[in-house]
Amino acid sequence: MASMTSEGLVDWAGPILSGALTTVQIAVLAYAIGLLLGLLGAGAKLSPWAPLRGLATAYSTLIRAVPELLLIILLYYAGAQALDALLARLGMAGAVQITGFATAVGVLAFVQGAYMTEVFRGAILAIPRGQLEAADAFGFSRWTRFHRFVLPGMLPNALPGMSNLWLILIKDTALISVIGFNELFFTIQQAAASSRAYFLFYSAAGVIYLLMTLSSTALFARLERHVRRGQPTEV
Amino acid sequence: MKFPMMIAATVTALGLGHIAQAAEPLKVGISGEPYPPFTYKAASGDWTGFEVELAHAICAAMERECEIAPTGWSGIIPSLNAGRIDMIMNSMSITEKRQRVIDFTRPYYFTPGAYVAASDRELDIPDGLDGLVMGVQGATTNATYARRELRDSGVEIRLYDQAEQVNNDLLSGRLDVILADEIAMAQFLERDEAGAFEIKATAPRHEAYGEGIGIGLRQEDDALEAALNEAIATVIEEGTCASLSEQYLGTDVCVYD
Amino acid sequence: MDFSWLSDPFYQGYLWEGFVNTLWLLLVSAVGGLLLAVGVALARLRGPRPLAWLTWAFTTVMRGTPLLVQLFFFYYGVGRLLEGVPGIRETFLWPLLRDPFFFAALTFILSVGAYSGEVIRGAMQSVPRGELEAGRAFGLSSFQVLVRLWLPRAIQLCLPTLTGEMILLLKSVPLVSTIALMDLLQAANIIRDETFLVYEPLLLIAGIYLATTVVLTLGLRLVELNFPGMRPTRRRWLPISSTG
Repeated sequence: MASMTSEGLVDWAGPILSGALTTVQIAVLAYAIGLLLGLLGAGAKLSPWAPLRGLATAYSTLIRAVPELLLIILLYYAGAQALDALLARLGMAGAVQITGFATAVGVLAFVQGAYMTEVFRGAILAIPRGQLEAADAFGFSRWTRFHRFVLPGMLPNALPGMSNLWLILIKDTALISVIGFNELFFTIQQAAASSRAYFLFYSAAGVIYLLMTLSSTALFARLERHVRRGQPTEV
Repeated sequence: MKFPMMIAATVTALGLGHIAQAAEPLKVGISGEPYPPFTYKAASGDWTGFEVELAHAICAAMERECEIAPTGWSGIIPSLNAGRIDMIMNSMSITEKRQRVIDFTRPYYFTPGAYVAASDRELDIPDGLDGLVMGVQGATTNATYARRELRDSGVEIRLYDQAEQVNNDLLSGRLDVILADEIAMAQFLERDEAGAFEIKATAPRHEAYGEGIGIGLRQEDDALEAALNEAIATVIEEGTCASLSEQYLGTDVCVYD
Repeated sequence: MDFSWLSDPFYQGYLWEGFVNTLWLLLVSAVGGLLLAVGVALARLRGPRPLAWLTWAFTTVMRGTPLLVQLFFFYYGVGRLLEGVPGIRETFLWPLLRDPFFFAALTFILSVGAYSGEVIRGAMQSVPRGELEAGRAFGLSSFQVLVRLWLPRAIQLCLPTLTGEMILLLKSVPLVSTIALMDLLQAANIIRDETFLVYEPLLLIAGIYLATTVVLTLGLRLVELNFPGMRPTRRRWLPISSTG
């Protein structure tokens, strides 16, 4: 009769590492998309059009006021259904199957976007007005102004917030395991259940996540030093 | 400008690789959380178990290609209706409530729910449950039965996401009794660590339990339903179901008509 | 949108139980966590080297790992380990070790202690040393300086951040549904299982959390405004009038 045998850390190392890779992939993609959403959202919040401001405010306020786990569960189904409905409307029903991976990334990116909006908005507002006025005085185009003045000026202010959000995102990827998506923590749970070595595997999970967050912190510290070069330091 | 472009390209490449997929092979939805001995994952990464092997046999009989698609158990019906999977084959009971939202094939196996507790505990169902702590897996017919029928018995019901978590807490003594599928429990009691436990009673037939275990389908998939019913009949008649059942469950639970 | 199940007392019972558990958990974790946070901050600032290092390791680990992993680690990992200890079933600890609420509260208290501990530590470091020295000069003991000067001044500096931590704590509560604790999300899951409605139960508890967040934010803002020293007082302590 087929039965489950006790397997150890070494046997599960392969699937666990592959799960860790999936986690990193999801996090990187969700962060990148969330970043774009955040820039758009901050731009919308600072725009002169009231409806656009209202929409962006509603987006960032609602998403930030509801627990992430709830959002992830809701958006996982709502997102999939909405996308299917959209494809059906466009007459492409069933043509493209959105994978669980894409939905997980989409959900996390959507949530990240709301938090990023606030970070970017605060960072843009903190740019000394004189620099932006000088850009206008020199007659730079809107794109050049954004690209050469706003972005570099905003980055040092935004980085602490951005690094914090990255750490939160890595930890939030574990929440996707609750909807059954196969990332690192889900694999750990399967390993723990299959081998009955619960303490061992959950400790291993902690260690892996800790490695991810510690190395991220170090990376962001270097990035921040690089971005702040040329800025006046305190004497 | 080159560096940001490279980043953008890498990120896009990472993403596109995962998004689009052709819709051809049938996706057999099973619970991502292991449910031995019906579905579980060996360290090799392959899914196996009574229902997984039976699914392969049924697909072979239908001459269709099938792919095992693990999904979160508590969202498996919405996933089916949303088209992420084409069928559910994870010990899902055919109940009237479920039939309002999905269709089922004919039943392929049937087992009742069983109460499991420590061998040296005297347990009288349902009067003896007063003051005890009972664990059950959420989103199962056992959970519905427990909530409805055992409310007045004074038992404290705890809901878990995964079957293995329920077993774990019984073994560690947090739970006094658990209510779960009889076959799964028979398997569970064979483990060394479960030596001090036994099945106390089985739950009576109740509307929460339905007519048996069937494959869940979308209500509009009539053609698939007909094909599956034929394939199930074939697999049962040929004895494939019986031999898989003996192999994984130790007894024949297939539904013969 | 079908909300007909809301009128069923069967489901109302679970929702109410979930809500009460959520509030209790929030209260216990906030109080315990903040007390632990003060301890953590003190250990890192004034404790002997080994303790300070241990505390740093504690906060790094708690802040560097997901809360969900921590919950599973304590409930399924440590809990299972402890239950193997012979004789533990006879002690007074046993009812606690059987209870998911205990483990949820424990995990949250440790988490709040780590995050808020760092916040309070930073604030305590920002309090001008001169004020503390003045306290000693007035003859206050170390303990009095701590309780009457250092801590209150530090909290004045970081109160908005601390209230933010409390809101984050509220939003972390749904995670306990994964360790068999009846909270709002488990209640919603029960309703989802039986009615097969996907959105309505989740939208309801999202709404409940929204409302609770608003109430909590307003309440904490009141605390912020009324905390001594946050608003300049109109009372004059010295016999000097503004008109000279």
